[in-house]
Parts: sequence; C-alpha cells; structure tokens
Amino acid sequence: MSIVWNFPAISILLCLFAGIVSSGLSGKSARRLNTVLMITVLVLSAATLKYVSSLGESVVYVMGRFPAPWGNELRFGVLEAGMATFFAVIMILSMLGGHHKLSEEVESRQHNLYYVLVDLLLSSLLALIYTNDIFTAYVFVEINTIAACGLIMIRGIGRTIEAAVRYMIMSLIGSGMLLMGICILYDITGHLLMSNMKTAIAGLVIDGTYPVALLVSITLICVGLAIKSALFPFHAWLPDAYGYSTVSSAAILSSLVSKGYIFLLIKIIYRVVGFNIFNNSDIIDILFVFGLAGMIFGSVNAIRENDVRRMIAYSSVAQIGYIYMGIGMGTQFGMIAAIFHILCHAATKSLLFVSAIGLTDVSGCNRQFIYMTGSGYRHKFAGVAFTVGSLSMVGVPLFAGFISKLLFAESAVSLSGSKMLPVLIVLGISTILNAIYFMKTVIRIYTPAPDSPYQAIKARTIWPYCVVLVFFIAVNLVLGCMSDGIVELIKQGLIMFG
Amino acid sequence: MGANLAANYVQAVAMVLFVIGFANLLLQKNLLKKIIGFNIMDSGTYLFLADMGYIKGRVAPIVTDGIQEVERYINPIPSGLVLTGIVVSVSVTALMLSLTVRLYKRYHSLDLDEISMLIKKEKGV
Repeated sequence: MSIVWNFPAISILLCLFAGIVSSGLSGKSARRLNTVLMITVLVLSAATLKYVSSLGESVVYVMGRFPAPWGNELRFGVLEAGMATFFAVIMILSMLGGHHKLSEEVESRQHNLYYVLVDLLLSSLLALIYTNDIFTAYVFVEINTIAACGLIMIRGIGRTIEAAVRYMIMSLIGSGMLLMGICILYDITGHLLMSNMKTAIAGLVIDGTYPVALLVSITLICVGLAIKSALFPFHAWLPDAYGYSTVSSAAILSSLVSKGYIFLLIKIIYRVVGFNIFNNSDIIDILFVFGLAGMIFGSVNAIRENDVRRMIAYSSVAQIGYIYMGIGMGTQFGMIAAIFHILCHAATKSLLFVSAIGLTDVSGCNRQFIYMTGSGYRHKFAGVAFTVGSLSMVGVPLFAGFISKLLFAESAVSLSGSKMLPVLIVLGISTILNAIYFMKTVIRIYTPAPDSPYQAIKARTIWPYCVVLVFFIAVNLVLGCMSDGIVELIKQGLIMFG
Repeated sequence: MGANLAANYVQAVAMVLFVIGFANLLLQKNLLKKIIGFNIMDSGTYLFLADMGYIKGRVAPIVTDGIQEVERYINPIPSGLVLTGIVVSVSVTALMLSLTVRLYKRYHSLDLDEISMLIKKEKGV
C-alpha cells in the first residue's frame, strides 16, 4: 500500500476543511487559500493518475479500515484520477480568468463566502468522481447543488436570485427522483456499495426477480441525473443561471457541475447496473432520443438568442445532448466519445465564457450583439480566444471539438441497426447550426465598426487574464492534437471501470 | 397484486405521497407551496425507507437487557439513511426559504411567474 492511496481521500477532506476555514477569513486570504487548494488538488490528482496508470488496475480505498459491507469506500482508476486532474485544471483557469471581475460582481464583504462555495463545490465534485458508495454519492450531489445554487445567487441581483430558485426547483426534482431510485435499488439489492450492488443486480436479472422494480429504479436514477445535468427538455433554468451569474460561476457551472452528474451516471451504468443490463433496458433509447433532440433544439435556441452569454448557455444544452447521445448509442465506442466530449466541452465552454467577458467589457458591458461589433479589435486576446473556442465548438480540425465529432461519427458508423442514420444526420445538422451561430458571432466581433460609440475604448491589458486565455487555448490544442493518448487513457480507464 | 398491495400498504402510501409532493413542487406557482411540496416528496421517500428497514417484532438496534442475538434487532442502516436524508432536506428547505424571502422583499410577490414578469420589466442586467 503506497501513500498515494490516501491522496483522493485527502484531497476531498482538504477541500471541505478549506471551505470551513475560509468562512472565517478575509476575502483576500480566502482567495489565496482557494488557489493553493486547487493547485494542491491538481498535484494530488496528477500523482494518483500516474500511480494508477503504472499500476494498471483500479484501487479500492477503504475509509477508516472498516471492510465492506459495513464501511465506506473510494475507488479510483485511470478514468477517475484523470477526470479529477482535468477538473482541477479547468477550475483553476476558470477561477483565475474571472477573478478581475469579482469585485464588480460580488459585494466585497461576501468575497470569502464565494470562495467557501467554490471549495465545497470542488470537494463535492471530487467525491462524486471517487466514491464507491451510492448513498455518499447522493449526499455529495446535494452538496454540489447547494454550492452551485450559492454560486448563481451570490451576485444578488433579481435575475440571479430568480435563476437560483428555478435551478433549485429543477435540481430538487432531480435529486428527489435520484434518492427514490437509490432507495428502491437498496431495497431490492440490500447493499449500498456499488460493487456489491452490481453482483446483486446481476443475480436478480438471472433469476428474473423484481424486473419492474429494477426498471423503475434505473429510470428514476437516469431521469433524475439527466434533469440535474440539463438534458434537453429540462433545460429551462439554464440560460438565466449561466447568463447572469459571475463569470467564474458561469464557467464552472457549465463546464464542471453538469459534467459531475454525467460522470456519476456513467459510473452508475458501469459499476452498479452493469453495461449490458443497461443496454438491454429501454432507458438507453430514451436518453438517446432526448440527446438527439437536445442537439437540435439547443442550437436553434442559441441562434435565436441576442445576448452573447445566453447564446453560449444555450449552446451548452446542445453539447449536453451530444454527450447523452454518446451514452445512448450503447457501445463502448459511443461511451468513449461521450467521455471525450465531456473533456472537450468543459475545456471549450469555460474558454468561451471567460473570453466573452473580455469582449463585453470593451463594449460598454453590453452583451447584445449589436454593441459587440468590432470588439475583437478592441480586445485582441479575448477576440482570438473566443475565435478558438468557436472553431472548436464547430468542429474545425486542430481543436478539441473536431476530435469529439470524429469519435461520435466513427462510433455511429460502427453501430448496427437503426441508430446509425439518425446519429449521422443529426450530427451533420447540429454542426451546421453550431457554425451558424458561432461564426455569426466571430464575424460580428471582427467586423470593423468605425462609428461605434465604444471604438475609443482601449482594453486595459490585465496580464493574468490574458495568460489564463493562453492556457485555455493550450488545453484546447492539447485535446485536439494529442487526442490519441487521451483516448487510449479513456479506453484503459473504462476497462478498469467495469 | 392485490395481496402484495395489502401487505405493502405503507410503501404504496409512501409512493402516493412522493407523487403528490412531486406534482406540487413542479406545478404550483406559489413558492411556499412548492417548498411544502418538496417536503412532502422527501417525507414520502423517508417513509418508504423507514418501512423497508422495519421488521415486525424487532426493536431498534440498541442492546437492552443484555440480549445480543441478531434476531431481536433491526438493521440500523435504513434509519441512518433517513436521518441523513432529513438533514439534507432541512438544509435545502432553509436555503429555498431564504431565497423566497429575498425575492419577496424585492418584488412583493410569491408567484414565480409574476416575479419573472417583474424581472423582465427591470432595465439593465
């Protein structure tokens, strides 16, 4: 047993303690603590990743040395450690990228509370990634929801409070269904640890006992998590929540919070229900259909939007649709594409939110497109970064989005049966729609506007912000150009996962 | 089916409560009614869990009179889950109520649709 075994547990606990300590600190110290914490989590997760990939199998860490079935467990393989490392990177970049706007957006006496919420959010994300106990997952889902709600409402204007209420209502519906699903599963299996549940469920399926209860519980869990991650018909809360909260909040919410729930769903599919049993149930088709619908309707809403941040938010609905479509394909390839798209979307969407704020700053803080004409010339860094993000979302080679679209198309071609054609057609339509609204924006920000009232505004060069944008672009290029290694890691991780 | 339902009537009641709460949380316009709906929904879940965990004729798992046989006591885990769930739902209720208070102070309404209309009329972001 190596010391690395303790790292995941330590990183979760560190985040929780940092959150508690921050509540008594000044805003500035809380910010320093938060930055140190995120870097520590990054280092610990990267060390864990290195350790498990050299070990070649996943590790079960027994909390407090109480063995199963009494104790609580963490379990980590390449996929979990890799996801934690990636989340930490995106979180650091999102927090640093939005830092200069924080004093405008949040009252200064509440700054430390903001960092408390971010610390708690990070801890819950890590716990969702690592835990092997389904009820612990539920508790951290709730912590995640409360922290995310705080991040939305901390700006304190009417719109964000209303958005937070709407977010809470949808989230409570989702977590109520998740809890009920978990209770029924516990009821028919008698276990809460994922590995024990899987054995019990496999037995139930072979014996043919409780087929209805099993189907109902899987449905409740899938729909609950789909509502929480804003799958298409349940996305009404999303544009306001992402569009009006602080920059860092919007970047973190869109790129990490919804992905945490999706990761939990993938984990439940593999570790609790079993991939084959899930594939044979009808739920997978429902996720598939709603995923396809989300890809189209999210983009259509984004085209009709006149506010740049709400447009990016609607684009998230479409991208979440891609991920659920990948899960819904029901093959290993589809799942790999979905997981790669989680990474791609997290990297790109946070880049778009952070760079959009640079562009609106040089347009008199107006977010409507008409005011943003020519803003790419006024803030060159943000213009370039926004263009990179847009190209990646559209799926231009070199960038991350291209690889995930390629993976989706490849896995669709290998599908047999009726799912292949819908995937390819909708993928094509959705790419065109993506291109319409993103390219429209890019052309708008690079159209010279000599008579614009904001022409005279020169962007204050805030170096940390520009460096963050450069790092974001680098992450995107790494995902786009070195995808072979990453796909290989995901493959290895999925094998360890099952 | 009928015999099953009669034997498990508590679970059936729990499911009915869950659905009532769910519908209220989703469909009511008034924020306070939504919060009450949420609490009914969660209570339904706890009733379900508590009924699952209870075995007739056994007592709570606290050793009394020196009797240590397993057959005398129930499994403590479902009760523990109910307690955890109650803690979660209390904190979420507190958060929702505080949000409702802030919205009411600002817009003097508890109707979510009306609040949305008022917000749209506000100028600026």
